[in-house]
Amino acid sequence: MPEARVIRLRPEDDEPRVSAPPSPPGWEEQLAGAVEFLQRRLTGEYETDEFGLDPDLADHVLLPALRPLFRSWFRVETSGLENVPSDSGALVVANHSGTLPIDALMTTVALHDEHPAGRRFRLLGADLVFELPVVGALARKFGATLACNEDAERLLTGGELVGVFPEGFKGIGKPFRERYTLQRFGRGGFVSAALRTGAPIIPCAIVGAEEIYPMVGNARTLARLLGLPYFPVTPTFPLLGPLGLVPLPSKWLIAFGAPIETASYGPAAAEDPMLVFNLTDQVRETIQHSLYQLLLRRPGVFAR
Amino acid sequence: MPPAVVLVTGVSRWLGGALAAELASDPRIERVIGVDTVPPSPAVLRRLGRTEFVRADIRNPLIGKVIAAASVDTVVHMNISSTPAGSGGRVPMKELNVIGTMQLLAACQRASSVRRFVLKSTSAVYGASSRDPAVFTEAMQARQVPAGGFARDSVDIEGYVRSFGRRRPDVDVAVLRFTNFIGPRIDSLLTGFLRMPLVPTALGYDARVQLLHEDDALAVLTRATTGEFAGTVNVGGEGTLLLSQAIRRLGRLEVPVPTPALGSVGRLSRRFGFVDYSPEQMRFLNFGRVVDTTVLRRDFGYTPRYSTAAALADYARTVPPVLDPAVVRAAGGGLRALLGRIGDTASAVEHRLRPAPPSPALRAVRDA
Repeated sequence: MPEARVIRLRPEDDEPRVSAPPSPPGWEEQLAGAVEFLQRRLTGEYETDEFGLDPDLADHVLLPALRPLFRSWFRVETSGLENVPSDSGALVVANHSGTLPIDALMTTVALHDEHPAGRRFRLLGADLVFELPVVGALARKFGATLACNEDAERLLTGGELVGVFPEGFKGIGKPFRERYTLQRFGRGGFVSAALRTGAPIIPCAIVGAEEIYPMVGNARTLARLLGLPYFPVTPTFPLLGPLGLVPLPSKWLIAFGAPIETASYGPAAAEDPMLVFNLTDQVRETIQHSLYQLLLRRPGVFAR
Repeated sequence: MPPAVVLVTGVSRWLGGALAAELASDPRIERVIGVDTVPPSPAVLRRLGRTEFVRADIRNPLIGKVIAAASVDTVVHMNISSTPAGSGGRVPMKELNVIGTMQLLAACQRASSVRRFVLKSTSAVYGASSRDPAVFTEAMQARQVPAGGFARDSVDIEGYVRSFGRRRPDVDVAVLRFTNFIGPRIDSLLTGFLRMPLVPTALGYDARVQLLHEDDALAVLTRATTGEFAGTVNVGGEGTLLLSQAIRRLGRLEVPVPTPALGSVGRLSRRFGFVDYSPEQMRFLNFGRVVDTTVLRRDFGYTPRYSTAAALADYARTVPPVLDPAVVRAAGGGLRALLGRIGDTASAVEHRLRPAPPSPALRAVRDA
């Protein structure tokens, strides 16, 4: 007896019928949303946290402003998001480049928009950021705080996803000819913060930020006068004035590597300098290695 | 064991008077002695009950005689001035704060009856700068020691109180670092500041503020006076607000002023008797400060009843708003309703002009 077989009567109905995608909100709903937002802003009825994060402003103004840059200008491709936990604390350690910290902003958009849990990225910034008017206040509202062990540990203990760029100004302000070579990794403070809280370290490699403002020179005297760590000279800045501030549309790749767990060492291990150095080197080497891999994978600097 | 004789300095101010009244209503306490340089206002005087008032300057050795004669066992030091205007200028203010504390401590050191010392300090000792961690715990110190004014005085005062504690190890010393007070009755720096219809703020900066309701401040002081806690504790409400947010919630208008000009605005407003604020208060306006209150809840054993937002809301009942949040809400609601109606009309018109395609219904099954 031949095996029973299902004969489909309506072959064209094979695919499960998908309901029409929810239509994008109409203009009147968008306007009503904007009115609601303005009303909240005027009456102060929104929440902020002790670090100064303003989720209402970040989600409705800052992130939407960065999204076109992320999607269309840099065409950012993200990989390895499964390595980022959905609901627990972790320390994302990334390379820093690009004269202005656009890489930090793009990683924030990547983790918020592309991670299934829509994670909020809590950046640790240099004290110069918070000294500057407007920039410092906005950075705090965006979720950043000062790069110090106290803040990092408090955020990690609270289960937040913390981002750190241990190269600091050495990385972001390095000349173009040294692109994609990692600089010294500070004093390993980020490793001791992770060890003390038992949070995993997630190495993150960012390719593309090096080419947005190719820094060919550094006006040291001017930088010293202005109290800045460097004053960039790029092919277009300060030659073209404000036009020189438009970043070049390089192709970006952001990859999150496998987490390096730290919980098994115990919090006391943060006092062991040799272990801290070794872990720092391990993280640094992992990032450098995945930078080279990403560079090989990228079809071209300005590829689609 | 509750104290027998309590001496409260700075009793003519709202908080000092309220504490003395609270202690006087406790039958287990034999005597409550209030000290201040100025007599309390009639309103405070009525509340004080059986409190004995001594008009004395703590800068004067007379205070030692008062402590010895009454065999005071608990001293609550609250006579610390935060604004130059309240004490007639910066020089008298520093003298009252620092020299006054030194005199009081010298008298306490001599008096063998003293076994508890409570200091009303401030979280201003942590300073306020861009290099500070976001949240201070009791173990942290200011990254930049405050240069002058109230914060500097408070750092000095805490230093003297610590060395007093070392010289008299038998005395329990409790140092309470309060965040900014707010509430309908208390007259604090921030209540005066936020009562102005136009509130000047530092352009390009937005401070994080943590508030403490006056009722919680009073409860913590009472508990510190009658309880056993020794050590340093941060006292503040749960949660924080941004200064701009607090101003909006009160229905005030924010006027961002460039930081260099803020000084002259402060001098002007002092001249005209509104509020005065000094350079360190301006730094506070820039960066703000938040303290960790785990020790308060766990070791001290008190959880403030009002969060920062609730304390502000309670204060808001007493300040008539300039830009009423209710009006804004009503306008927003009206605008949204209008938009909804326009949207409905538009879609109705669209529907009329371009009927939607019929939804794909079931089709007849073809013959196999």
